[in-house]
Amino acid sequence: MHPAFSVIFFTVASGAGFGLISLLFIADSFKLGGGFSREELTIGGLIALGLIVFGLLSSTFHLANPKNAWRAVTRFRTSWLSREGVFAIAFMPLALVYLASIWFDAPLWLRETVGFLTAVLAWITVFSTGMIYACLKTIRQWNTPLVPANYLALGYASGSLLLLLGAVRAGLDTTPYIAMSALIISIAAVLKAIYYFWIRSPGLTPTINTATGLTRAKVKLLDTGHTHGTFLTQEFGFKLARQKAGLLKVVVFALGFGLPGVMLVWVFEQQGGLAAAAVAAMAGIAGAAVERWLFFAEARHVVNLYHGAQRC
Amino acid sequence: MRLGLVIDLDVCVGCHACAIACKEWNASGTIGPLSDYQPYGAEPSGVWFNRIRHYEMDEYPNNKTVNFPMSCMHCEDADCVTVCPTGASYKRAEDGIVLIDQDKCMGCNYCSWACPYGARELDRSSGTMKKCTLCVDRIYDENLPVEERQPSCVLTCPAHARMFGDFDDPDSAVSRVVRERGGYPLMPELNYNPTNTYLPIRRKPVIGVETKPKGGLKESIKQFANRLVRR
Repeated sequence: MHPAFSVIFFTVASGAGFGLISLLFIADSFKLGGGFSREELTIGGLIALGLIVFGLLSSTFHLANPKNAWRAVTRFRTSWLSREGVFAIAFMPLALVYLASIWFDAPLWLRETVGFLTAVLAWITVFSTGMIYACLKTIRQWNTPLVPANYLALGYASGSLLLLLGAVRAGLDTTPYIAMSALIISIAAVLKAIYYFWIRSPGLTPTINTATGLTRAKVKLLDTGHTHGTFLTQEFGFKLARQKAGLLKVVVFALGFGLPGVMLVWVFEQQGGLAAAAVAAMAGIAGAAVERWLFFAEARHVVNLYHGAQRC
Repeated sequence: MRLGLVIDLDVCVGCHACAIACKEWNASGTIGPLSDYQPYGAEPSGVWFNRIRHYEMDEYPNNKTVNFPMSCMHCEDADCVTVCPTGASYKRAEDGIVLIDQDKCMGCNYCSWACPYGARELDRSSGTMKKCTLCVDRIYDENLPVEERQPSCVLTCPAHARMFGDFDDPDSAVSRVVRERGGYPLMPELNYNPTNTYLPIRRKPVIGVETKPKGGLKESIKQFANRLVRR
């Protein structure tokens, strides 16, 4: 699949934003490490909303006809893309009410209830983003429950690193934040490793024989019937060398999980270390971006069977 | 009603006439125009509803070239319709034709991702997705003589490799020929239940290929020399 930059930016940025605001609610509820002040919580929340809004705006750049984008929420009953839009829109007022209830010192029950609903909607929205890809039967590498799991894990991992950066900056006891980050990053790394092992041979897939129905003998493409590239070859024909993919997987693990892990130890040792926390957050988000690029680049759409691929 | 096409792979000669006729008719049809990019330039490309690919089955001396026209299969369980977030993609209840409302499409490409057959192509000029309409503006046109109320590709096919009809009617020509010839759908394992059906290539006796008789000493030397000399 052709990796579109706007979609990669969207999923990484809004994933980190939804992760950040969910974990911010947990940090706020349990007063982790002493608890953020009113101003710090609000600023953190606004940063999360900024990431989400920029992400969602960026996602409209890959539309060929964005003037109809408003219609994208009308098919909630069947389309995961529509569901994601609806949940993202429903999330916004709740998140703003939650931030307002922090800022204006609303009664605790209101703050907790709205915060909880905000966190739940954030979770559902990221899950829906993952399901946009996981529900496609045409791309075997995506058609797995591991995909929404990965989207959630990476979103929350990026969010937890941003939250840790905030905790260091606010001078809180960072231990619970480090523990939370370490746990989420470990889960994300395990899920990603399982995914990478699984897509090496994702089970039974359509072949050129079932695609053409010529099942009695070997089939090969003689001619595609067009003089130059078509929409289909541009959108689905992207090929990535196996070696390069392997190298990028190393980058995903080193940058996305390894480096933040090392930096977490550093922050823990120093009980501070703003630079280390900043490096951890940047590395985590950069790793997630590489992971997302690879997620698209490695996916093989079954239409390639009609362009000569023997198996997808 | 469940309208669709039958394509006889045993008969198709791969002349691309159906693709040209399709482009000609639909460029001014309900979903047209169909843009061409750099038609006279170095990288000509454009939007087509119907594409013909050519495959080779088996190996020499049993090999056979198979010409393979493909357009929208008008699937019974069309994921392209369910994944569409704007409701631009729809399947008509009355005849099973899958269409795109050009006024609703936002060009997100999601339906083309969901289609295993590559039936949907984005028109970069209008920014909307386009696809085979089964010539919906022809087949219901009462100003045309009855025999011409068929999709353009079917009418134009010089080899009569295409048939159009109602698959829900067990006595229709398409239903009968599918029964008699063992018609099959493409990629059935994905469970899209495509309406369009392909008729398989008939088995024919293999034509024997005689091995070349061995030449004498002179021939051997000549062949040896030929291998030595670089051409």
